[in-house]
Amino acid sequence: MSAHVQTAPFDLAAELRGFGKGAGAVVTFSGVVRDDTGQMTGLEIEHYPGMTERILNDYGQQAASRFKLTDWRILHRHGRLAVGEQIMMVATAARHRRAAFDSADYLMDWLKSRAPFWKRELSADGGGTWVDARDSDETSLKRW
Amino acid sequence: MTLDVLYFAWLRERIGQPRERIETDAATVRDLVAELAAKDEWHAAAFSDMSAVRCAVDQQLAELDTSLNEVREVAFFPPMTGG
Repeated sequence: MSAHVQTAPFDLAAELRGFGKGAGAVVTFSGVVRDDTGQMTGLEIEHYPGMTERILNDYGQQAASRFKLTDWRILHRHGRLAVGEQIMMVATAARHRRAAFDSADYLMDWLKSRAPFWKRELSADGGGTWVDARDSDETSLKRW
Repeated sequence: MTLDVLYFAWLRERIGQPRERIETDAATVRDLVAELAAKDEWHAAAFSDMSAVRCAVDQQLAELDTSLNEVREVAFFPPMTGG
């Protein structure tokens, strides 16, 4: 049961070793840098040191109590990431699949719109464009 | 009171610095925004559309009406884009 923020890449399999031992269901989600325009070289992710770690822990604990999780893990990177690199992962473990799926979905909705990260798309000419928040992410969060 | 004010993403760029320490008597975040926006054109530009600005008070997500009583740190930033 932990949340981490780091610049270094991570190995999903290594992160999940020993995770959720004894659970009946484990769900993992990982977000990957994608390029929809063909013009992007990567992402730069800024965050709020101190607040980020605390708030990710809060969301993890809220999910654990609401969905009766037996284990959870959140890992989110910041700094410069190339297209195709993993940005973050969420893993949840519960007795049954519904709680594991729903809690991963719940955590992703909170991370998308209520965790202090800001993405900037980097282009080949060295410029960057801040990514706008999506209305659909806000709508998605209201489900909970 | 002395307050650390932090800026992130395009607010940081628009204001030209990641943080500043200020002396203020602002009672709420809204009062503080009015004070900061009056400082110079860069602050004014950053706070010109408050529908695009979010804030945190002592590292907890907050609203414009949040009180600054005994607060040490306020941060302003655009809507978050994690995940």
